[in-house]
Amino acid sequence: MRISCPICGERDRREFYYQGAAVALDRPAPDAAAQAWDDYLHNRDNPAGPVREMWHHEAGCGAWLVVTRDTVTHEMLASDLASRVQEAGS
Amino acid sequence: MRFSGLRVLKEGLTGNKGWQPHWRDPEPKPAYDMIIIGGGGHGLATAYYLAREHGLTNVAVLEKGYIGGGNVGRNTTIVRANYFLPGNSEFYSHSLRLWEGLEQELNYNVMHSQRGLINLFHSDGQRDAFARRGNAMINQGDDAELLDRDGVRRHLPYLDFDNARFPIYGGLYHPRGGTARHDAVAWGYARGADQRGVDLIQNCEVTGIDIEQGRVTGVQTTRGAIRAKKVGIVVAGRSGQVAAMAGMRLPIESHILQAFVTEGLKPCIDHVVSFGMGHFYISQSDKGGLVFGGDLDFYASYAQRGNMPMMEHVMEAGMTLMPMIGKARVLRSWGGIMDMTPDGSPVIDKAPVEGLYLNCGWCYGGFKAVPGSGYSFAHLMATDRPHAPAAGFRLDRFQTGRGLMDEEGTGSQHNLH
Repeated sequence: MRISCPICGERDRREFYYQGAAVALDRPAPDAAAQAWDDYLHNRDNPAGPVREMWHHEAGCGAWLVVTRDTVTHEMLASDLASRVQEAGS
Repeated sequence: MRFSGLRVLKEGLTGNKGWQPHWRDPEPKPAYDMIIIGGGGHGLATAYYLAREHGLTNVAVLEKGYIGGGNVGRNTTIVRANYFLPGNSEFYSHSLRLWEGLEQELNYNVMHSQRGLINLFHSDGQRDAFARRGNAMINQGDDAELLDRDGVRRHLPYLDFDNARFPIYGGLYHPRGGTARHDAVAWGYARGADQRGVDLIQNCEVTGIDIEQGRVTGVQTTRGAIRAKKVGIVVAGRSGQVAAMAGMRLPIESHILQAFVTEGLKPCIDHVVSFGMGHFYISQSDKGGLVFGGDLDFYASYAQRGNMPMMEHVMEAGMTLMPMIGKARVLRSWGGIMDMTPDGSPVIDKAPVEGLYLNCGWCYGGFKAVPGSGYSFAHLMATDRPHAPAAGFRLDRFQTGRGLMDEEGTGSQHNLH
């Protein structure tokens, strides 16, 4: 599996740390209800198909990426810098 | 049809013409008292114990593929009760006791082999942790023996004891641990449930869960609608998709775990050996193949196959521990879909929908749990009360933070187990 880093290009999966579903882009407010925090921390859509994930290019440029990946085929569909995704407001 | 040595002899002398199919292949009825979604080990065991312990036989097991075609036929077959935390300890202890009577109970040869399991340690700190774990196991009523270096050498003379990075200091020996024939466990429970009147319906995929006013009323399937008062979801890696049919999101992320088998060899590895520091474990199957594996690939996946970096890592760890296996050729490898929870422990609980029950989150340790899980889940579905040894496997422990069972001590977070 190879992951496309917007800064470094396509790199071996071993250079990246996997954080999981990209829930961090939509963190609940500190005073949000317990259910919102439970959803954020624990509950997952866990789809068989395309999913948006956070990967950290820890053995490369250090960027946090949002990668869209198919969990059935391991196909990489898109990737972008997490900072850019966050600024674009998604 | 009962199996016996005499029967095998008779069939052998008469051309093996008298064997019957082990279970029926019934058409689904329009309604049952209970439906179990998922004909894997846990689902079949649940159906068996519903019939055996609670007299509930108007039950259907719905399996989208064939019996024994999922994770129950795709694991590394290890059976053990060496857990540390309260909640896990009593559950796996109960499960191992069920294993020990399983063949007589089912009249089925599941080839349960208590060949002993040894967890290796490589530092003073690890020795202390393993001594503590062994004491917890003994307090639970199970068996554990702390081996020093020479003790390990007596059992496993072929290891590289003087490895520069991970010299072997000793091991925690669990003599009642071992392996079983995974397919036979599914077949034995399937046969036992079928004999008691449970309908095992294969090639029947659930496509929807019918809920009226907060109560389950049945399921939609590729073979038509089936009504039921109670429905149990026991679908391992697919838990997220099936729960979504009932409008639920679960604390589960499905990951890939790889396993490997070599060509058949003469007996050389007599135990189950686990090398935790290298994320490697191995046993030898009765056919002679070395069966081994490592850790998750660590990304969500339904592909049932993994990637090369983890293969390389597992092979390296195996060569580090026991260089003698280097000449064995790997015949095949595969991946299983693991229903990973944040704390690495499972869920056996009622769902928020009335009449709906959840049995999921077995992570990469579901096989040894098959008897205990089926027994406890049947108890929950039949009586609506948790079975004591599984009472800790609550769904709400993540939200409340009470009763988290993080056996590895790494934190209750999705990417840490």
